[in-house]
Amino acid sequence: MRFLLAVVAALAFAGPAAAACPTLADLEGEVMCPECKTTLDQSDAPVARDIKRFIETRADACVSESQIKDELVAQFGPAVLAAPPREGFHWLAWLLPLVGLLAGAVVISILVWRWSRSRPVPEAVAADNGRPPLDPELERRLDRELARFDG
Amino acid sequence: MSGRLKLAAQGLSVALVAALFGLLVWKVATQDEGAASKLGRGEVVSAPNFRLDRLDGEGKISLAQYRGRPVVVNFWGSWCDPCKEEAPVLEETWQRYKGRGLIVLGVDFHDLKGAARRFARENDMSYPLAYDGPGATITDYGVEAAPETFFVAPNGKLVCERLLGGVHIERNRERYDDCVEELLTA
Repeated sequence: MRFLLAVVAALAFAGPAAAACPTLADLEGEVMCPECKTTLDQSDAPVARDIKRFIETRADACVSESQIKDELVAQFGPAVLAAPPREGFHWLAWLLPLVGLLAGAVVISILVWRWSRSRPVPEAVAADNGRPPLDPELERRLDRELARFDG
Repeated sequence: MSGRLKLAAQGLSVALVAALFGLLVWKVATQDEGAASKLGRGEVVSAPNFRLDRLDGEGKISLAQYRGRPVVVNFWGSWCDPCKEEAPVLEETWQRYKGRGLIVLGVDFHDLKGAARRFARENDMSYPLAYDGPGATITDYGVEAAPETFFVAPNGKLVCERLLGGVHIERNRERYDDCVEELLTA
């Protein structure tokens, strides 16, 4: 019995969430006003008000967001959506910016790599006495002179 | 990066910029300015054809189906107040001259179909009505705002002039009657 009550209580709380209907606020930033070319939330044009009323009516009937969008597209065409749908040719609008970003990242990486390779080789580490090492030719000559002096 | 690779990358970049520039030029060159502008310059312009859903019934309606008859093409929307005010004038024209073969064809654009049908019913619009929700025809015609009216002669050419605003308003009323008369004698 206790288990049954728990299940009923869980369903009572879960029910409203599962059946949440869309609201005008959910959609007015995603739908364009065809006359003014702005989203509905930025327009008070007569046609925008008509579309808002349409959305409210459909939302009151608990029609899903995607269904409302489909109904608007059927009447106004895909341009009524602020963002292109993720299907068919419209994928290009989503993918091309990513491709551009990736291409830019690759170019920058190559440039950075080339720049790091073309940097002058740092001078040899200073000798123990803290002075820079001698030129090899000078060092060889010095060795020869010292050997002659020793000899 | 080897010299050859560097050259290829540079060539690719130049080609890409050239292609984008070409695309821009093509877009500007092929952009249709709309029939209204050409008509305004006095050019002989064929009325752009369209085939749209009927608003006043089932099926499609096209301008081509009225070839051989004079047609008054009126662009309107249910959200447009002047459209409501001019509707009686268009209806009167339709009732008076349909016996002489004249067609009044209303093209509703950027509109909800239900709202447009309600508008037509409330304003007793009995002439043929087409529905262009996406507004494809207004680009072809160069319509700037609703309402606008065009006059199509039986040979399919636009005649007279494009009337901006309601046909009922003072600056258009006389010109509208003249254009209808011109159509009937064309």
